Amino acid sequence: MSHASVSAKRPGSLKGATLPKWFSWAVAAGSVALGLGISAAAGLDSSIQWALIAALLFVAGSYGISARVEGRRQAKDRVVTSLIWVAFLLAVIPLASLVYETVRRGVKVLDGYFLTHSMGVVADTETGGGIYHALLGTLEQVGIATAIAVPIGVLTAIYLVEYGRGRLAKAITFFVDVMTGIPSIVAGLFVLSLWIVILGMGYSGFAGSMALAILMLPVVVRSTEEMLKLVPNELREASLALGVPKWRTILKVVLPTSVGGITTGVMLAVARITGETAPLLLLVWVTNFINANPFQDPQASLPVYIYLQYANSGGSGAAYDRAWAGALVLIAFIMILNLVARGIARWKAPKAGR
Amino acid sequence: MDISVKNDTAPPTPLPAPARRGSSARGATRPGDRIFLALSRGSGIFLLVLMAAIAVFLSLRAASAIGKDEANFFTTFEWNPTGDPPAFGIAVLAFGTVVSSVIALAIAVPVSVGIALFLTHYAPRRLRGPIAYVIDLLAAVPSIVYGLWGALVLVPHLGGLYAWLDDYLGWTGVFEWNGGAPRALFTVGILLAIMILPIITNVSREIFRQVPRTHEEAALALGATRWEVVRMAVLPYGRSGVISASMLGLGRALGETMAVAMVLSPTFDIEASLLDPGGGTFAQNIASKFNEATTDGRDALIASGLVLFVITLLVNGTARLIIERRKEFSGANA
Repeated sequence: MSHASVSAKRPGSLKGATLPKWFSWAVAAGSVALGLGISAAAGLDSSIQWALIAALLFVAGSYGISARVEGRRQAKDRVVTSLIWVAFLLAVIPLASLVYETVRRGVKVLDGYFLTHSMGVVADTETGGGIYHALLGTLEQVGIATAIAVPIGVLTAIYLVEYGRGRLAKAITFFVDVMTGIPSIVAGLFVLSLWIVILGMGYSGFAGSMALAILMLPVVVRSTEEMLKLVPNELREASLALGVPKWRTILKVVLPTSVGGITTGVMLAVARITGETAPLLLLVWVTNFINANPFQDPQASLPVYIYLQYANSGGSGAAYDRAWAGALVLIAFIMILNLVARGIARWKAPKAGR
Repeated sequence: MDISVKNDTAPPTPLPAPARRGSSARGATRPGDRIFLALSRGSGIFLLVLMAAIAVFLSLRAASAIGKDEANFFTTFEWNPTGDPPAFGIAVLAFGTVVSSVIALAIAVPVSVGIALFLTHYAPRRLRGPIAYVIDLLAAVPSIVYGLWGALVLVPHLGGLYAWLDDYLGWTGVFEWNGGAPRALFTVGILLAIMILPIITNVSREIFRQVPRTHEEAALALGATRWEVVRMAVLPYGRSGVISASMLGLGRALGETMAVAMVLSPTFDIEASLLDPGGGTFAQNIASKFNEATTDGRDALIASGLVLFVITLLVNGTARLIIERRKEFSGANA
């Protein structure tokens, strides 16, 4: 790489010699070319191998040249910089692959028929069938879970921010944090042991909803708490100074101010539980038929549908196609929820002066 | 600069001050206030009761199952709760859970710290927002989709890597591969690493962001390179945060169910090789065995779930306590 442009220390300059900005790009281009050349010469055909060779050449090359021109410390800095870029690229590869494969394989059978028909009379290895029963089940189960978790979660957050002092509030805060870490299958087992084993109820969508509500609660509490804390104190004081009772202050001043953020938090929580599979498998059981009643008998749901199509496929392409299409619908649903939630957050962000 | 930093670290809006003596005492006499306080306090208490109930009811069923167990619950290499006599133990599950989670952490922590540093110190400023968004998306993908991707895309692509590991590291015994489908604990570890990457990245990023600007500027003023700034100012400040972030990730990895159940082909024994199919984890075992379980079988699964619950509780509690010591941030929103 051209050493001419990197003169040694300029007289009177405090800085040591530095390599020009295009140095990294030049080394990168050089090592890719060399890597391709070596792998062609050695007859390697895997694209991973030439990329690895090129990456090694890049690190070694930039370290060597930089160490000679700029000094060891700068050279080390360059190596770490490239390692950190590698870490980032490593994380992007699986995500890109996941999105690409899901879309590519999912669009095969995804159409109006797929969305409006159930698997009722379709054998697992046949083509045809759809996710209508699963969509219905997911919407009902998630809806009930939201209806249970949101009031309790928001009220708990109100308690923590507006009233909470002392040991009770501390304990609640700590256990809310710990609750975020409960594995979904444990929440499922809890509802199973209480609702189905001890109380003797049957499998139903509602049982699944209870487990989902447990998983949703801590997320709602945390996000609502954060939002309530952002409400400027002056608003509360102004309202209280006018003689408005505290509960009306909370309902009419605090909550409306933070409603955008709370909605965002709830939607993110919904997005998170929509993909839960394990508790539903334990509590709602499985069915290929449409069941609109969430309080009785097994119900289907989108995540469990994907699992069934995968597990019962017997390696058949038709079932795998349906599984991918179901995954595509699920991801699309969650992404849309995420995007809308972020949109609301940006649109309704409380002006807290920060 | 200095002033804005101070503003940032100032405690978020202080709690309402007037709720002291006069107003709250008078406020509490109003029926509306009393009802509202009771409702919100009740919700908080409900949450505590719920946590206690989870522990109690799982313990009840688990006690009934372990009472019937003829073998040692902790050391038996067998899962036969409906046999005569019933014999089951969690040794294999504990081994598989720990090993796959440790592999996941070993892969995910360095990469996540790298990405977090990338986002806070290395990436071009314009790219930071979009990249952080991509990481968030990675967190939003449900585990069932990771499982599907892992089973149908990742597994077929790992043969090459495993053959290579077998060639060069096979002599250790740990990386021996018999050429079977790579549905092994190591595969599970890789998949779990991808799944816990976002949470570790997000929490670490929050911490690296809070490194006092003055520390970094002091290092820069002494002529430090960017890496030296990171090593001397950023990493020491963020160490405890990274540890707790890793523990949060560990908690996720320990309890992951569907992705593991779809990728692993389970057996009930412990093998030295991590690349050969076999082993199992707590959560995977529950999901896989559940549909064929009778009442006794279900109770046995609940007993193993209780062990998982206790382990994740300890891991998450420790992580939260570490975070708690530094009140400024919380990982719960990550």
